[in-house]
Amino acid sequence: MATIGIELPQVGESVTEAVIGKWLKQPGDAVEKFDALVEVVTDKVSMEFPAPHTGTLKAIVAAEGDTVPMGAIIAEMEVDSATAEAAAAASEVQANAPAPNRVGTLIQGANVGPTGGTFKDTALEEQLANRIPHASPASDSVPNTAQTSGRTYSPVVSRLAAANGIDLATVVGTGRGGRITKQDVQAAIAAWPSTTPAPAQPVTPAPQVTQDGPVGEDRILEPSPIRRMIADHMVKSVSEIPHAWSTVEVDMTGLVACRTAQRQLFRQRHCADLTFLAFTAHAVARALRDNPLVNSSWEDEKIRLKGRVNLGLAVAAPDGLVVPVIHDADREGISGLAQRIAPLVERARSGSLVLADVQGGTFTLNNTGTLGSVLGGAIINHPQAAIVTTEAIVKRPVVISSPGGDAIAIRCMMNICLSFDHRIIDGAEASAFMQSFKRELEAWTVDSELN
Amino acid sequence: MAEMTVIEAVREALREEMERDPTVFAMGEDIGARGGVFLATEGLLEQFGPERVIDTPLAEAAIGGIALGAAVNGMRPVAEIEFGDFVWPAVNQIIGEAARVRYGTQGRRTAPLVLRVPYGGGVRGGLFHSQSIEVAFSHQPGLKVVAPATPYDAKGLLKSAIRDDDPVIFFEHKRTYRLVKGDVPDGDYTIPIGKADVKRTGSDLTVVSYGLVLHYCLEAAATLAEEGIDVEVIDLRTLRPLDTDTVLESVRKTSKAMVVHEDTKAGGIGGEIAAVIAEEAFEDLDAPVKRVAGPEVPAMPFSPLLEAEFMPSAEKIAVAMRELAGY
Repeated sequence: MATIGIELPQVGESVTEAVIGKWLKQPGDAVEKFDALVEVVTDKVSMEFPAPHTGTLKAIVAAEGDTVPMGAIIAEMEVDSATAEAAAAASEVQANAPAPNRVGTLIQGANVGPTGGTFKDTALEEQLANRIPHASPASDSVPNTAQTSGRTYSPVVSRLAAANGIDLATVVGTGRGGRITKQDVQAAIAAWPSTTPAPAQPVTPAPQVTQDGPVGEDRILEPSPIRRMIADHMVKSVSEIPHAWSTVEVDMTGLVACRTAQRQLFRQRHCADLTFLAFTAHAVARALRDNPLVNSSWEDEKIRLKGRVNLGLAVAAPDGLVVPVIHDADREGISGLAQRIAPLVERARSGSLVLADVQGGTFTLNNTGTLGSVLGGAIINHPQAAIVTTEAIVKRPVVISSPGGDAIAIRCMMNICLSFDHRIIDGAEASAFMQSFKRELEAWTVDSELN
Repeated sequence: MAEMTVIEAVREALREEMERDPTVFAMGEDIGARGGVFLATEGLLEQFGPERVIDTPLAEAAIGGIALGAAVNGMRPVAEIEFGDFVWPAVNQIIGEAARVRYGTQGRRTAPLVLRVPYGGGVRGGLFHSQSIEVAFSHQPGLKVVAPATPYDAKGLLKSAIRDDDPVIFFEHKRTYRLVKGDVPDGDYTIPIGKADVKRTGSDLTVVSYGLVLHYCLEAAATLAEEGIDVEVIDLRTLRPLDTDTVLESVRKTSKAMVVHEDTKAGGIGGEIAAVIAEEAFEDLDAPVKRVAGPEVPAMPFSPLLEAEFMPSAEKIAVAMRELAGY
């Protein structure tokens, strides 16, 4: 038998750290390969991390709620020596590979964080290329652990870690730029003995809400890891991006008539519900194609125009907001979108999105109208350039101009509200996009052909 | 226990030592009839007479030479250099001669003289009455260099300096003379030369200082305490020999160190302290050693605005402390 460290796998390109959720196995438990070991939450996705080997869980290194970097040791397992050798060999092979992509080890996703995120593209590739995975101690040519994460450690940090057997890759730095300070190592040393024996306390401190507490007493809720991720993401967006807003009224009467008239036929032909979301996604994807500046992001003082239109859809999931992504949405017709949206939204609501579902978004569509809202000021899904909401469709008396003179008619009206990054987009570009979007939506008539 | 200023503590120490030991005498420019330009020797002429309280010509070379000659012949002179800026003519007598007496005579002779040197800025003294010159003497083996910051330390250390058998350069910061007040015990006491004092204990970072700016360090440390940063402040008190043990012990505890002095940075005491830390406590460091010091200009500017810019302040020190604490 041999003891090996279990590393937190790399989950998704731009993700550098994750929060440890509930441990599904406890020290001493026998573990089969692929058994769910622990819940792992990132700002992109939360998933159950499967055991990479068969054996016994020996110790939990990263406690629930800990934020740990990718590649850090989160647990120790006792495995037979053949497995240990194989693991060591594999790690050596990986050490020489340019970049580890362990996304393949994920078996299923659970609930999802707030953002579909976007590719960091070149910056990210660079980051990956620079990352040197775990080196085997025997290999001279491979840099030592102190360099594995591209970080340097002060003399005292190196010495304390070595003397106390602390793997610095597992220590979260609180110093400047994430530097690991002496205090961080001391905290890790202090935490070490307490994590070794099986913690008997309840692992998930669910919000304790006393039903019949004294009237008027404040209650403190512990935010879930996902709630915290959403909070961080919103703060980041609002603090980094100068938001500006634009609202446009859209006459949806033709579209509503089209949907009502053709819904049944559409279902028979395409086996999918003809939703308003399919129409709005279709329209917004085309508007984005015509207004590439809106489909971009501010990166290192430059503007990156995205090559693809990957449309994120904000969905209210039980655990909080999630944004699954329809990749290349501009290449789909109404039928294709309807067919892709339904299962995606279903996965979002049931908490079973996989990583690929939430990655690579370039713009976000938020269908707030389903909640009855008629006007909104959404927070941009950082680092995208803009987010648009489609508000409730309401029947309103509207003045219609015709050659015979003005008349008042009852029309199905909807507001579309854009929040945009004013570093990239000015009012003129925002309006151009909104007019494109509006034109696409107002083009539908009762007998339009649905492709 | 009495509260007094630094200047009163210096005067008390002088008076008590002259009462205790008839070989002790004071000399310097205007120290007799005028009581000294800062009134450090006020009243001494009346008490001890012109033979033991000697007004000298404006000739620092002579002051240094006479003190040296008296010292090797069994007296204990306490010579005052009116302003540190004017010490240079006496450097040959002090560094060139006095520092070598014990060494050159294989211990058969010693030179138990004290050179009191008011120094430092923040007093609107301009280019010729504000210099920090302590580093020139603390570089020299054979000398002892003392720079107290409080009345208690000033009195105890001046007594030790007078009783010491080797030449002691006793630096008194002019701005502390009447600015800094503190309790001084009644009666005789001494403070050993070569022993630093931890003026404030803390766990997050070590700040080493001396003289006037030590008080600014303490002020900054109090500000940072409100922000949850626990600063240890060490008063060197003696610049030669340096109490490296106290500094190293503190740095081993906090792992972060900073030196603050009014003197300019390059080649200053701060560099020496940083080097000692790097040599002896490298394995305990969690951050580069930081120095806060005066700018590299030839002398204290005359303009009050520029003088304020020159001087380290509690605000400037607090900024540096925060930076180091957050590293």
